[in-house]
Amino acid sequence: MSKVKTKKHSTFIDMTAMSDVTVLLLTFFMLTATFLPKEPVQVTTPSSVVDIKIPESNLLTILVSPKGHVYLNFDRPADKLAILDKVSQEFKIQFTDKQKKSFLSQPTIGVPISALPKFLDMSVSEQDEVLKANGVPSDSTNNQLKKWIQYGQAVNENLKIAVKSDQSTPYPLIKSVFSTLQDIKANRFNLITTLKGMPAV
Amino acid sequence: MAEVNTGDGGEAKKGKPKKHTLRVDFTPMVDMNMLLITFFMFCTTLSKPQAMDLILPTKDEVKKEDKNKVEDTKAITVILGEKNKVYYYFGKPNYTDPNSLALTNYGPQGLRKMLIERNAVLVNRMRKLRDLKAKKQISEDDFKKQSKEIKNDDAGQVVIIKPTDGATYSNLVDVLDEMQICSIGKYAIVDLTEGDKYLVQNLETGGSLSKQAASK
Repeated sequence: MSKVKTKKHSTFIDMTAMSDVTVLLLTFFMLTATFLPKEPVQVTTPSSVVDIKIPESNLLTILVSPKGHVYLNFDRPADKLAILDKVSQEFKIQFTDKQKKSFLSQPTIGVPISALPKFLDMSVSEQDEVLKANGVPSDSTNNQLKKWIQYGQAVNENLKIAVKSDQSTPYPLIKSVFSTLQDIKANRFNLITTLKGMPAV
Repeated sequence: MAEVNTGDGGEAKKGKPKKHTLRVDFTPMVDMNMLLITFFMFCTTLSKPQAMDLILPTKDEVKKEDKNKVEDTKAITVILGEKNKVYYYFGKPNYTDPNSLALTNYGPQGLRKMLIERNAVLVNRMRKLRDLKAKKQISEDDFKKQSKEIKNDDAGQVVIIKPTDGATYSNLVDVLDEMQICSIGKYAIVDLTEGDKYLVQNLETGGSLSKQAASK
């Protein structure tokens, strides 16, 4: 007597094609993702209803810490190198190739120019520590903030300026940065904020 | 696709091991990829912060005849005090009356309510425009163009923002934000004058300064 055999169907679904697609998408998102540059101080930006995004490129971010330290971040490496050349011309400081490389890899500018060569010789983790205690001098006697912005504008005429600061930063500290910007006729700039919903009016 | 045939294709002989098809299950890999995609998708859209445009006046001395006078009925001076206090007065300051300066807060019932009341004409026009946009009767570009026109209308209020040294950055951004919410297109950040300091002190001390001045 022969048995009637029912053929066993396996429920195995081939996931290879799906895996291909996901890897492709993943690659796309990884390449397009823009990561925020590492910042020496964590700041909580105030919220506003403005929904304009910050410009994509040619951006100079001025970070003002609640204690009044000022840090700069130029987003284009080519600009940074040209700016460093200008600094070395005006301040008569020669930078070695290694120091230039270190300047490019460190996203933040945040030490007085006189201390820059020594700063660039340090390792990255040491640099981060030094940054926390320093900042670009921006007082009226030695306004290097002004110099940096002027160099930036000379190198890249499309440079846009954005000011980023913590909610709790006292107004006088912000005012001194604003007045520096006014001094060099950079009257139009952006304040970086986080989005909050528009209330019903 | 996800199987590797290890057999030689010929008939299996006795004593030889059975053909094995090696199948790799890709499901966990797909799961993990999806998770990563989600992560990167959120990162790219959320990491981009918003920017508020701010134009400051030049420091150059403006000739007297070039200065445009603001009508008293349209001017609102907002003084940002310490501890999240806001003071305001309309038109010209009255130094003898301590109550010419009013105290309020940053909440919707404080500064915003006052500004909306003062700027009712433009706020109403903005409301109508937003309604039209909500009903999709005008395009995004038209909306932007028309809202700009409304904000620059001569009927609008002019707000003068004077932050004191006790104010914080978030106070400043809050006030600039209220300008957006209340459709005020004309505003300026100006330094605090001695007269404004006097007004604030006078209000805080309950008018004792103006009483002293009167008794002299």
